[in-house]
Amino acid sequence: MFMVEKALVGSRRYWLWVGGLLAVIGLSFIAYLYQLSHGLGVTGMSRNVSWGLYIGQFTFMVGVAASAVMVVLPYYLHNHKEFARMTVLGEFLAVSSVTMCMLFVFVDMGRPMRVFNVFLYPQFHSVMFWDMLSLSGYLLINAAITLVSLHAEQSDLHPPRWIKPIILLSIPWAISIHTVTAFLYAGLPGRMSWRTPIMAPRFLASAFAAGPALLILLCLLLRKLTGYDVGKKAIQGLSVIVTYAMAINVFFILMQLFTAMYSNVPGLTEEFQDLYLGTEAHTSLLPWGRISLLLMVVALILLLIPKVRHNERTLAAACVLVFSSLWIDKGVCMVVCGFITSPLGTITRYVPTLPEMTITLGVWAVGAIMVTVFYKIALSVEIAREAPAAAAYEFAERSAAAGHAEILSSPGATGGSHA
Amino acid sequence: MKFTRREFVELSGACLVALSGRKVLAVFTGAKESEAASTGEATSTKKRLGMLIDTKKCLRAQNCTKCIEACDQAHNIPVFQNPAHQIKWIWEEPFDDLFSPAETQYLEKDRKDVLTPVLCNQCDEPPCVRVCPTGATWKREADGIVMMDWHRCIGCRYCMAACPYGSRSFNWVDPRTGLKTLNPDFPTRTQGVVEKCTFCAERLDKGQLPACVEACPEKAMVFGDLNDPQSEIRQLLASSYALRRRPELGTGPNVYYLI
Amino acid sequence: MRDRVWIVAGLLLFLAVITYPFWHGVEARATSQPPVLVLPAHEKECVAPISYMRTSHMKLLLDWRNSVVRNDQRKYVSYDGKVYDMSLTGTCMKCHEKKGFCDRCHEYAGVGTPYCWNCHVDPALAEVKRP
Repeated sequence: MFMVEKALVGSRRYWLWVGGLLAVIGLSFIAYLYQLSHGLGVTGMSRNVSWGLYIGQFTFMVGVAASAVMVVLPYYLHNHKEFARMTVLGEFLAVSSVTMCMLFVFVDMGRPMRVFNVFLYPQFHSVMFWDMLSLSGYLLINAAITLVSLHAEQSDLHPPRWIKPIILLSIPWAISIHTVTAFLYAGLPGRMSWRTPIMAPRFLASAFAAGPALLILLCLLLRKLTGYDVGKKAIQGLSVIVTYAMAINVFFILMQLFTAMYSNVPGLTEEFQDLYLGTEAHTSLLPWGRISLLLMVVALILLLIPKVRHNERTLAAACVLVFSSLWIDKGVCMVVCGFITSPLGTITRYVPTLPEMTITLGVWAVGAIMVTVFYKIALSVEIAREAPAAAAYEFAERSAAAGHAEILSSPGATGGSHA
Repeated sequence: MKFTRREFVELSGACLVALSGRKVLAVFTGAKESEAASTGEATSTKKRLGMLIDTKKCLRAQNCTKCIEACDQAHNIPVFQNPAHQIKWIWEEPFDDLFSPAETQYLEKDRKDVLTPVLCNQCDEPPCVRVCPTGATWKREADGIVMMDWHRCIGCRYCMAACPYGSRSFNWVDPRTGLKTLNPDFPTRTQGVVEKCTFCAERLDKGQLPACVEACPEKAMVFGDLNDPQSEIRQLLASSYALRRRPELGTGPNVYYLI
Repeated sequence: MRDRVWIVAGLLLFLAVITYPFWHGVEARATSQPPVLVLPAHEKECVAPISYMRTSHMKLLLDWRNSVVRNDQRKYVSYDGKVYDMSLTGTCMKCHEKKGFCDRCHEYAGVGTPYCWNCHVDPALAEVKRP
């Protein structure tokens, strides 16, 4: 069922990695039980900063999930054949990150046992209802697409025809999940730093930089660990997308910065004072904001140089910068920034606590384990299919069964398939 | 005129779609009724409860906190030293922070910082109600009070992000750990839900005034129906200039301040 | 067929485990005593017949809750025409006490303490906590 058996054979290194992740998940589960019994008071959140790391991470991961569209769209709409090997990886990444989003919202709830009230008493005027709907829809769509296409590949058939419209549907749907998530914030009357129409476009731009950057890193890692190569062309194609998206993202920030600083309206300038400029009172976010901006600019400059982009080593470094700068920008600063100055003008510091960080790490571990298992399954299917001769496949199977070598961890066993 | 069965089915389907479309539209354009209430005069039979706080009469300068004490006692409000976990229904803030864009630059410092009672504004267009994903907070049709259902709240705190007045509190810890005495006439809340002032809906039902209004020794708080031109609150608002907090946001706050 | 013993033993064990709640119930009925409830001294009538209250008090309480909180209806007309205030602490707890009535039966039935008491204040507890 679901080819789970393919994830149950693996090298020592594979099991060490999975075991380590499981240990982190176990630890964070204990932290969650502690939070469940003692209340969200064990986090760094407060009456004034009432959303923190969890909701920030949720927002960031919605972006990573939505960014799968950046491989699906060129492949299906523009017939970019070089993305063929990468689409399923992108879709699996989407499934894992949507799951992480849901977990982040869940651990942020004061009374998680009542979560189904959202469906028992649906409120159509609440953006959160629509966000839940679009996220669960996106999860279902991507789960269906990946399952169906993998099954088809495994039995060496063409995917059934009915899956095509669903794949096409996944493209606008991906845009919608991040747009609706931006509406969560942009529609609130009292939070000046969020109430801007550029919220959704900026979310999308940063998502289409951070998500594909992560995918590039994952592809490079896969090649190194397993020998499975999505192809240099695919990675180069993706790096162009990252570059454009990052440029647009920085451009949007500059537009916001100009509007705020030139008009000099206090409600607008506050955000940028908190993040980049600093005043006497606003200090807690300042280092984060500045580091994020610096990394963004450095990453963009690096990406704009063709030489840097073409060299996979430097490209990887640029991708790390892109991902970490946007992780800070969206996952840490964006949400907290709306709360730092309370409606009554009080400035409140927010520092996540140890249990809060442990739980966050645990959700990331869940995501990592999902990606690991999914990619393992996908790769076993792909490699088995692409093996030039049945003999190679049999050899790999036999050696895996005998426990000598593992097809995924020994590049030699599959080297022949990607000449 | 003769209908085939097919035509009948098609037509009734179209009617259904049209009807539901109207309903959906009504949802998105927001409650039209409350809009009528905000402009409507005595023609409306619905009440719109509001409050007027006369800051000149308020004795806060003489350390009077009777309104806050009465509320805390009536509603089992816990006391926490950690400001992060505090629960506030009615509390005090420096006058200057209440009306942040107010022109108080040259006002004497002790006048600027005079502590003034703040509470939920029971808005005409409450953003908290708009965002709540479960209907745990809603606007009562009959009198416009923004209610809370602590049985239904899932603790997502979206309403706290939406409230432009900071009038909502979350139970970060078990509230009973912060209570020395328990009033059996009102429930405490449970860990993990949001709460706020409800204009003492439970007392109004018994024909009583809100606890804070009743407790004020100077009668500085006037409570009444803003839809009734004969009510004391309307008379006072007709004869003097009053302020509301952040009316420019379109929330339609119903707590007025005389200065 | 050397495994026959194991298979039969396994099946029997499975049957024993799966039917355990049933046997436990039979045993409990034979040995346990129904709870002695502290009944109100000054009141003979409840808001509904005893048989209804015994089986459906939770439904009645939920109806009351929805009626008061969501619809602002606080008056309840009982089966014999009497009017009651729909209030757990104000009406129910005027006659019954949590410890001697609610808890005892809930313990006997093994359904634990409902979460009503996370928020609603047991008047007896309020007495203790009063300064």
